[in-house]
Amino acid sequence: MVPTMTDIPAIEVTGLRRSYGDQVVLDAIDLHVPEGSVFSLLGPNGAGKTTMVRILATLIRADEGVARICGHDVAREPDRVRAVIGMTGQFSALDDYLTGEENLLLMADLNHLGRTERRRRTKDLLDRFGLAEAARKPAVTYSGGMRRRLDLAMGLMGRPKVIFLDEPTTGLDPRSRRDMWQIVRDLAGQGVTALLTTQYLEEADQLADRIALLDHGRLVAEGSPEELKRLVPGGHVELRFADDQALKRAAVALDVPPDGEPLVLRVPGDNRIQTLRNLLGRLDAAAVEVEALSVHTPDLDDVFFAVTGAGR
Amino acid sequence: MTDGLIMLRRQFRHMARDLSTTLLLLAVPIIFLLLFVYVLGGTLGDGLGGQGGRQAYVNYVVPGILLITVASAVQGTSIAVAIDMTSGIMDRFRTMAIARTSVLTGHVLGSVLQILCQLLIILAVAVLVGFRPDATVTEWLATAALLTATAFALVWLAVGMGLSAKSVNGASNLPMPLTLLPLFGSGFVPTESMPAGLSWFAEHQPFTPIMETLRGLLLGTPIGNSGAVAAGWCGAIAVAGYVWARRNYGRERSA
Repeated sequence: MVPTMTDIPAIEVTGLRRSYGDQVVLDAIDLHVPEGSVFSLLGPNGAGKTTMVRILATLIRADEGVARICGHDVAREPDRVRAVIGMTGQFSALDDYLTGEENLLLMADLNHLGRTERRRRTKDLLDRFGLAEAARKPAVTYSGGMRRRLDLAMGLMGRPKVIFLDEPTTGLDPRSRRDMWQIVRDLAGQGVTALLTTQYLEEADQLADRIALLDHGRLVAEGSPEELKRLVPGGHVELRFADDQALKRAAVALDVPPDGEPLVLRVPGDNRIQTLRNLLGRLDAAAVEVEALSVHTPDLDDVFFAVTGAGR
Repeated sequence: MTDGLIMLRRQFRHMARDLSTTLLLLAVPIIFLLLFVYVLGGTLGDGLGGQGGRQAYVNYVVPGILLITVASAVQGTSIAVAIDMTSGIMDRFRTMAIARTSVLTGHVLGSVLQILCQLLIILAVAVLVGFRPDATVTEWLATAALLTATAFALVWLAVGMGLSAKSVNGASNLPMPLTLLPLFGSGFVPTESMPAGLSWFAEHQPFTPIMETLRGLLLGTPIGNSGAVAAGWCGAIAVAGYVWARRNYGRERSA
């Protein structure tokens, strides 16, 4: 993770609530996203992810609570917020009649870049996002992946400090998804703070420094991908022995009852070195020979089902 | 204002790319003009009083055709605004630190300039089919001013329609009645020739004083208080359209 450059968090949200009619969409959300990190809001459709992004991007207002971007209140100083954010929506926000290049030039002009700078930045972004070849073609002819890349490039024209990526890979083919992931990683490498919403656990796991699980408008868990995985029971170390004798001695030494599978002992624990060292130390002390060892950590799917209730 | 000009340039690009829509909307007044002059004009012209026939009718009908041109063109404005609203681009503009209404300014300026070009084309076609105005330079300037004011007012109304429409289709249908409104006024036949109720409506609807003023400026018929009434209507429609558009534009939209 890029070290924090200032004390002001890129995104700070406290007690945010929003309802549509009597349907509560966001319920007392607190978020703290340090500068330069990638934060993922993970949740199923209808969890409130897009509403959250729309509030932070000054498109809609919260009913209660405060949200600040780089220290600016989204409700009170929307223009200051707009000056530091970039937005990429689930539905590509580009001008179909214009070419890719013209779309970027429009963004450059609206950001009041100078004559040479607008050309230079546009060319840079076209190259960087693999759009140089299609630059002179109308955006309406672009594929889904190209549209998403152009959309993101447009959001980056103003050199935002914070970028919102609302389900940036939904509906993309696997290759375009990988391309998009690499782009997000590159952005994070340059110190841009990213708020990424996704319904794909793998995506959050791959990209995010921290993940918040959103379900029915409530934050049900938050932490680094590793922390979240540790929340779930089921992380264990599997030990395999050559004979029953060794298994029994190990069971006594570790104080873990065998669960019936022949020659295998499952010891609750995670994949931290300290845990493993401790475990092997106790086995050595008891002079037990282990034939094989494997560590099983739960993935985010397990976490998600554990905290939101399975069967969804 | 800079942002508004950037958006205006965007509108010009759109018009250049989407020439077919422009031509289609221009076809409406031309068809009306040819239909009324060549199919109906001989008979209608005689009914104007005197035996002027087709030649008298060409002169009579041009102000109505000019308003149909404006009304038909603002349909394009309404559609263009609705396309912006229903695609994500409007959300992108709203998350940028730019003048809040610059998108609308771009649409309004672009449409008004486009309409003025279309009016020139229609006037040229009208002269080709026999339109013979006797306006002085001052009267031409006044005509241009009134047409600009009318275009400006109807464009704002169309922007309001485009913003309030739920879909692009709806935005295309909403301004339709405007295209027919000159028919229910003094555009094609004198209002006195209509039955009582209709003639009352025809005399009091906004397009009639505008058409009467144009007729007076271009052909020297009496204007009376039509000029002032026309200016009042233009102002009122422009303000109402602007307020309506602003309110719809500021309204929250859920995703």
